[in-house]
Amino acid sequence: MKRRQFINHGTTVLGLAVSAGIIPAGAFAQSATGWNKTAFEAKSLADVVKALGGASATASNDIVLNAPEIAENGAVVRMSFESKMPGTTMLALLVEKNPAAMSASFDVPEGAIANFATNVKMGQTSNVYALAKVGDKYFYAMKEVKVTLGGCGG
Amino acid sequence: MSDPMRIRASVQGDITTVRALVSHDMESGQRKDAAGNTVPAWHIQNINAVVNGKTVMNAYWGPSVSKNPFIQFSFKGAKSGDKIVMSWVDTKGDKRSDEAAIA
Repeated sequence: MKRRQFINHGTTVLGLAVSAGIIPAGAFAQSATGWNKTAFEAKSLADVVKALGGASATASNDIVLNAPEIAENGAVVRMSFESKMPGTTMLALLVEKNPAAMSASFDVPEGAIANFATNVKMGQTSNVYALAKVGDKYFYAMKEVKVTLGGCGG
Repeated sequence: MSDPMRIRASVQGDITTVRALVSHDMESGQRKDAAGNTVPAWHIQNINAVVNGKTVMNAYWGPSVSKNPFIQFSFKGAKSGDKIVMSWVDTKGDKRSDEAAIA
């Protein structure tokens, strides 16, 4: 509770400092604790895996990715993904042809189930990957999603 | 500032499933406005959920998560009536917490 209060208070103070112009707003981009800037800027599955500390990723039928064959609106593409492997500690969603490949990563704390759904923006037709961390190994499932109208504002 | 998160959580057996709709523009930094200027990136970076003092979900988001993001996640060990608190932090340092009761 104290830590949360500290973070809340600290964030508010820093936010005020930015508003007052004391700290440039750019200094806060990509700064939330634990947010992996290198992973979120990587351009490919291989680079994301390296940025996460892995060596390489292996395709696996135990990773399941549900995504539409064709996304009418690239701005909102619902994806759901899960890992059936016990000991999964993280699941990430990647859209290969987006300016940066990784859209989101989800920790799987103890008691949580490695199954998530969210909406992502896709700039164009692309391979989509669900990437799972199991122990210190990485596994993935891939699906191609065709996009009719790109969702990155281009 | 932002609208409340809409959180729906329900228990079946030992598994609680949560569906939440978060209010946030989630600007990717790729979009140009009507005048042709690039709209700067502004998006949630971290979102988590806590039940009974335990973190049940912790996610990191990049700029390509959709505007007004939807999220669904599941976990064990909670019961009907327990409170779930969801919180997020974005690239500007703004934050928000909302809570709901598990049905």
